[in-house]
Amino acid sequence: MSGKARGGGAAFAAGATITLAYLVIALIACVWTPHDPTAISIADKLQAPSVHHWFGTDQLGRDVLSMIMAGARNTVGVALLSTLIGAAVGIPLGLIAAAERGVVEELIMRANDLTFAFPALLLAILITAALGPGAVNAVIAIGVFNIPVFARVVRGGARNLWTRDYTLAARVAGKGSARISLEHILPNLATLLVVQGTIQFSLGVIAEAGLSYVGLGAQPPSPSWGRMLNEAQSLTALDPALALFPGGAVVLLVLGLNLLGDGLGRGRGL
Amino acid sequence: MSEVLLDIQKLGVSISAARVLENVSLQVARGEILGLVGASGSGKSMTALAIMRLLPLAARLTGSVYLEGGLLSAMSDAQLRAVRGGRIGIIFQEPMTALNPLICIGDQVAETVRLHSAAGAAEARALAREALERVGLHGVDGALHRLPYELSGGQRQRVAIAMALVLSPPLVIADEPTTALDVGTQADVLRLLEELVRTRGSGMILVSHDLAVVSQVTDRIAVMRHGEIVEQLPTAELLTREHHPYTQALLAAARLEPKRAPRRPDGAAPVLEARDIVREYPRRRRSFVRRAAPRRAVDGVSVEVHAGETVGLVGESGSGKSSLLRALLALERPQAGEVRLLGEDFGAARGVALRRLRRSIQVVLQDPVGSFDPRWRVERLVAEPYYAFDEPPDAAVLKANVAAALLEVGLCAADGARYPHEFSGGERQRIAIARALILRPAVIAFDEAVSALDVLVRAQILTLLAELADRLQLAYLFVSHDLHVVRAIADRVYVMQQGRIVEQGPTESVFRSPQHAYTRALLAATPQLA
Repeated sequence: MSGKARGGGAAFAAGATITLAYLVIALIACVWTPHDPTAISIADKLQAPSVHHWFGTDQLGRDVLSMIMAGARNTVGVALLSTLIGAAVGIPLGLIAAAERGVVEELIMRANDLTFAFPALLLAILITAALGPGAVNAVIAIGVFNIPVFARVVRGGARNLWTRDYTLAARVAGKGSARISLEHILPNLATLLVVQGTIQFSLGVIAEAGLSYVGLGAQPPSPSWGRMLNEAQSLTALDPALALFPGGAVVLLVLGLNLLGDGLGRGRGL
Repeated sequence: MSEVLLDIQKLGVSISAARVLENVSLQVARGEILGLVGASGSGKSMTALAIMRLLPLAARLTGSVYLEGGLLSAMSDAQLRAVRGGRIGIIFQEPMTALNPLICIGDQVAETVRLHSAAGAAEARALAREALERVGLHGVDGALHRLPYELSGGQRQRVAIAMALVLSPPLVIADEPTTALDVGTQADVLRLLEELVRTRGSGMILVSHDLAVVSQVTDRIAVMRHGEIVEQLPTAELLTREHHPYTQALLAAARLEPKRAPRRPDGAAPVLEARDIVREYPRRRRSFVRRAAPRRAVDGVSVEVHAGETVGLVGESGSGKSSLLRALLALERPQAGEVRLLGEDFGAARGVALRRLRRSIQVVLQDPVGSFDPRWRVERLVAEPYYAFDEPPDAAVLKANVAAALLEVGLCAADGARYPHEFSGGERQRIAIARALILRPAVIAFDEAVSALDVLVRAQILTLLAELADRLQLAYLFVSHDLHVVRAIADRVYVMQQGRIVEQGPTESVFRSPQHAYTRALLAATPQLA
């Protein structure tokens, strides 16, 4: 791809590899983990990494590698779904705002501002208070936070494209704004949206880890990176490695996604 | 010849394997204005850049350039920076992008002074003020503090000229300095440039694709093609003797002979007719309570286009021609007046009726780049007007029609599989014409359709349009700021100023004996080969 030609190739390849690896691990974790990530065995607690337990065991004797893998399933799933929710709602809103202008645009964009003004965490607490904690509600909370981001990006890009002569030519052909938005505007925003998608994905990973850290994400016994970090916090003096694995998992995934987004954007002059 | 100021010897530039310039030798004397003319891609801009060594990184330069005896091609980057802007003043085509949008114009001009001389801040500002006054930006309170966006295109170009000339550089290079400007503004800017250069005894290189422009102010003309100079001649001899065939071609293209015999409407009802169109745009409100009076872009205009007739609509930018055109195309609803197409009320039509009427009117727009969705193949782009039909023809017929339309405009059927960026500006305008033709509409509107093309391509496109109009019995509404273009193609002409039609009539009579002062001013401002 053209990303390679500009010297961003190595970073792009690394980002793509890391992201792909996480996706594969999350998929594998749906059907198989080395041990049962929820099986408690107090006798095996706080073991150092070994052939049997690659990443060691935690204070309840659970296999850390299995927990990380199951946690990847949670985190990747939540981040991916919330990005899709944001895109599915935000992109049409942005397209409508750019095509209609006037009152409709004002309404959409001010509603976006309102949503944007709430921190994702506060929104998550609100939703949790109303619906109870859990992975599904984390998806909704983060997804709602993603909507205005996509709506703004799409509206900005679309407004620019609406000034191009080819949209005028399409109107002369009798096409309405909905059709022009779908045929001419959206395809030309695809690159922008893929890049924004990877950014929102990585933010979603961090948000999910944050939510489950404060107990608003996936509920026990379902493992999650955030809660593993939370539990490891009280044991840092005893076993610092416990915090290292879930923390490292978050860092590596976010890094990979950012490299991927950078590479995708650079290849197409963003 | 008096003292040589700039001496270019066997200048050559190659980018990777391609030879962009070959064996270019030019001299400019003190006080002399040299025109550098050629079609786009002929290497004229590259020559200007090569003189200052502002070439792309991959470019390799051969030959030598002497400025006042000093060898520019041997200078270090630091020495060159002192030369650029200090000893060579540069003016580019697009005045908006040449200026920093966030810095007021006084500071931008002063910056040039401070970069190239020991002048202090106060002295630099004084020089900047003086330079801006000389280009005619004075009087207004705080002209120095205005930002580029507050100025018109012509005023911005004046700022660029002030920046280029503030240090009285011995050499000025102006690359298409008036191409982006209106005719009236173009004449002013050219006159100003000439006057400033002559009074200082500087030399100037004026790069342009338009022989008519160049012949206004230059002493000598060098004609370029394919990176080589084909001919150098004194401007005075341009029209008096035989030249290189390429120069002749440029001359013919710049002259714009009428492309067809004028035709008179046969008295039948017009195909496109507008009555008393008023188009207003809301102004930004200044006061919270009071709504600002709207700006009236089109003020009670009536025009009509008869079958098979070519009608010109002429006016400077801001005269309301584009607003009128949008109303005529039923893209915007006028506040008053009606638009009738083929006798039906086009302006008020909705839904099915509107789509049916849209088949009868098509448009070709100015920008050959922006007119096409970059992700669509040509065949899909050209077929887009078929959307106006409820049931588009089946794929085989569509393909055949697209191929026929492409052939009609001088492209080949295989071009349908390519993307618009693979074509040159002139070819893209042909694609736009194919798109407008494919439904065989009664009327095609052209919005500055040849303004972005260089003279040779412009002449070809105009010939094509005239030929198509005759063969297919099309009516054209030709909107342009360029009087010569309109004269070359239109049977009848409307002149528009500040939202009103100030003069109309058969093209030749309007051009031969213009009645309105505005028409006369426009005609006088348009550069012309004697």
